[in-house]
This record gives sequence, C-alpha cells and structure tokens, in this order.
Amino acid sequence: MIEIQELCKYYGQSRAIGPVSTTIEKGEVVGLLGLNGAGKTTTLRILACDLLPTSGTVRVQGIDVVEHPEEVRRKIGYLPDVPPLYDEMRVGEYLQFAMELRGRPALEGRQRVPAVAEKIGLSQVLQEPLFSLSHGFRQRVGIAQAIVHEPELVVLDEPISGLDPVQIVEMRALVRQLRENHTVIVSSHILSEISETCDRLLVLRDGLVVASGTEEELSQNLLEGLRIQLTVRADSGDLSRILSVIRAIPGVGNAGAISALERGAKVQSFEVHGKRDVREQLGASLQQAGFPLLTMLKTESELEDVFLKLAGAEKGAA
Amino acid sequence: MNRALLIARRELRAYFRSPLGSVVIASALLLDGILFYWRSLSQRLLSGEALAEYFWWTSGVTITAALFLSMRLISEERQTGTFTLLNTAPLREWEIIVGKYLSVWCMVLLLTVLSVYMPLLLLVNGKVSFGHIVVGYLGQLLIGGAAAAIGLFASTLTRSQLVSIVVGAAIVVVMLVFWVLAQAIDPPLNKFLAAAALHHANFRPFQFGILELGATAYYLSVAYLFLLGAVKILEARRWR
Repeated sequence: MIEIQELCKYYGQSRAIGPVSTTIEKGEVVGLLGLNGAGKTTTLRILACDLLPTSGTVRVQGIDVVEHPEEVRRKIGYLPDVPPLYDEMRVGEYLQFAMELRGRPALEGRQRVPAVAEKIGLSQVLQEPLFSLSHGFRQRVGIAQAIVHEPELVVLDEPISGLDPVQIVEMRALVRQLRENHTVIVSSHILSEISETCDRLLVLRDGLVVASGTEEELSQNLLEGLRIQLTVRADSGDLSRILSVIRAIPGVGNAGAISALERGAKVQSFEVHGKRDVREQLGASLQQAGFPLLTMLKTESELEDVFLKLAGAEKGAA
Repeated sequence: MNRALLIARRELRAYFRSPLGSVVIASALLLDGILFYWRSLSQRLLSGEALAEYFWWTSGVTITAALFLSMRLISEERQTGTFTLLNTAPLREWEIIVGKYLSVWCMVLLLTVLSVYMPLLLLVNGKVSFGHIVVGYLGQLLIGGAAAAIGLFASTLTRSQLVSIVVGAAIVVVMLVFWVLAQAIDPPLNKFLAAAALHHANFRPFQFGILELGATAYYLSVAYLFLLGAVKILEARRWR
C-alpha cells in the first residue's frame, strides 16, 4: 500500500526526518510514535501530499507523491493535528464541501454525508455550526472529513490529543472501526493512547525509525523478556540469601527486593526480570531453599518504559 | 474549474456569515455616498463632470474595499489551519487562487452594483450618457479586480491578516505614485512608470467614459501577474 524509501526532509539546514524506509501493507493500522519534534507530523504531511520531501520516494499504491500528487490525494484522507474546520459552516454542509472538494459528485455527497455522520456519531450535530462544537466533536468532524470521500488510506495526526478520558475511549473505538475499510496511520507521542488500536508501531526518534513491530515484539526486545513479581515467607535478614538463590537460576536477568506486596510479618517481595519464563524454576528453587512461595505474578510489559527507551528520553523527563 | 467555483461559493458564504463582508461593503457605500454628495452634488458642475468626479473618488474607495476584502483569503486559512484541507485535496494551486479571486471579485461587483443609484440620479436629473456610466463602472470593476489580485497576492505571503493588508496597501501605494515618480525622472523610464501607474493615466479614460483597450489590458495584466505570483508562492510553500 505504502512504500517509503530513503525519505528525507530538511527545513533549511536542519534535518527533520530521514533517511526513513518502511512499508505499510493494505488494511494495517500503524501507529507512528515519537516525542514532540521526532518527525511524526512532517512524515504524515509528506504522505498526505501537504509537503514535498527533500529526497527519497514515497509511493501510495505505486503512485509517487511528488510526480502525481493529485492522484495520491484522491486516495488519502488526512486529519492534521488541528482539525481544518471552517467555523462558520454547519457540520453537514462542511462534510458535503469536503467531499466535493475531493472530486466526488454533490449527489453522492448528499447520500454519503448522513451515513458517515451516523458512523462517526455526528448525526445529532449535523445541523450545528462548527464553532459551537466541543473539542471532542471537532475531532470527530475532523475524522469524518478524512473518510467522507472513502479514501483507501486514512492519516490521523494525534487524533487523541487534548481529549478527556471518555472521549479517548470513544476515539480509540472510532479508530478501530476505521480498520474495517481503510488502511490507517495514526500518530501520537503517548504510547498507551494508541498501542491498543494499532497492529504495528513505528517509533521515530530524531527523524529516524528506531524500532518497528507489534507491542509484544517491542516489549520483548527491549525489556529483555518477562517481569515477575513474587512474595515469599522469610525474615528481612534473609534478603541477600534469597536474592542469591534467585540470581543463580539460569535465565534470570536482574532481580531486586521491592516493597512488600502483602501485609503481615515475615513477608518479603522481589522483582525478577527473566530473559525467558523462569517461574517454575523460581518456585522450585525457593521452596528447596526453605522460603515458601506465597504469590507469583507475571506482569505486563511496561509500555511506557519501552517507548521512552526507544524514543531516547528518560522516564522522569517524560 | 468546478472546484474553483466550489471554493468561490464557500468564500462568498463566509463573507456574509462573518461581519467582514457586510461591514466593508456598508462602510464603502457610506463613504461613496459622502464623497458623491461632497464632490459631485454640492459643487456647481455639469452632469458629465459630476459623474467623472464621482468615478475618480469612488475608484479609491473600491481599491480600499478590495484590499480589505482580500486580506483574509489565504492568511486566515493558514492561521486557522484550514488551508491544509485545500492543500491535501486533489486541487491545483491555480484552482485555489481562482476560486478565492472569483469570490472577492464578486464582492467588488456587489459593491459596485449597490452604488449604482448615485450615477443613476445624475442620469435621471442631469444630462449624462448611459455609456459613460457603463464604461465608468467597467473601470471600477477593473481597478477593483486589480487591487483584489494585489490583496490576494499579499495574503499568500503571511499568516497575519494585518501584515497582509499592510503589504497589499504598500504595493498599491507604490503603484499609485508611479506617475509622480514619472514626472521626476528622465525618459525613457518615466514613460514606463507613467504607463505602469495603477490609477492616473490608466484610469482617466474610464473616468470620462472612454473605453480604451490599452488601459483595459493594463488592469487585466496587473490582475493576471499578481494572481500568477500568488499561485507560484503557493507552489513554493509545499517545499517549506
């Protein structure tokens, strides 16, 4: 669907992105992640033919964005970081305008606009002027204008930014809904906002793709496997002995004591990073060493840790 | 061309849904009325002279109104981010510029049509030829169209409407004073400057009801050149 080869963009002497090379398959939902200034918006603007690249090629369904921008634009719906809304227009009127602007007949628009409004949850505000809408509804109208002409590729630049928690949940559902008919690229600087909705993540840092893969692949590669939290019956004086037992198990990467996860006397808790699943060996070794196991929990990967590590920021700075 | 008309239609609606269009047209008509009374009716002039005087003064009002109406066309869209919608739609830059220009030209036409009662008063109560009125108004539309093109060009240069109108006004003023400069310098440059002046020698024939091909071609050329400049600026912006 999309082939990006050696894409570079310079603003004057300053390199914004590149060289970037990647491909996106038809029907994929791809998340473009990066901290502010990583090059997400520049990449998306080039894809949407809003900006020309300095070098490299971008092809959408085999069509070059520089040589045939008009053809590419017909296939793309783009929501920039600020929805491009004409405040004096009514919602329905604006969507009709957006559709006709993309070369679709007015008659088709009159049938399609109510259907899209229904799908995006805008039916009740179709006659409202755009200036009167809340931020959440404005984002929805922004998405509606991006899909009203039935593009094959939908590019959404930070659609979740500035929404309240309820709106975020609704927006995620909306993006998930889009995958039924479109290839979707969605950007964010907060991993947890889009990780659930994307098939694959591309992490940008300083204009370069530093990682690509599913959430699990990224977690495993960067967190060196699993994180296990366990609690045993032991005195506080036994901490070093327990840690030496744990560290002696093959496959254990790092281990340390943490605050007790349970109340009560003689309760000690530990966190273990395993390069593979070492829970059975942990249970057996601790039992054998005379420290009965009370609980053991394999925790989910810390998504934000993965992202911050990839994006090159310290956790505290985020 | 259909999409240029689509853009023009939306712009025209925007003029009437915001106070700008009504305020500019109402102010221009008020000023026209005051000037008409002051310069044409209250003087002891022949009807033809009064009409020529009216066209002379009202052309300045038309230029100013065209600048105010065109200042927002691109700069406001860039400021609010709506220009992205046009820039990512399958449109050519010239379609955007032509659409925008058509809308502002229609506003200039509306202003001109609404002011027609003043020369009609002279036609009914005095002795002026209908042709004089038609040619005078053609001149208004041509000079208004040229000023609108200059304003639109200035609007592509900046996100700020204020800066846009200042730049537009600066270009107009420079082109207006070409005839003054022409008197101060030697041939052959003085002839060129006199011919390039936005008002003076080029507007004078229309003022007196004379349809001159050269003056008509001049205003059409000014409009074309500034619109072409606006298209080129939009094309260049894609590289930024």
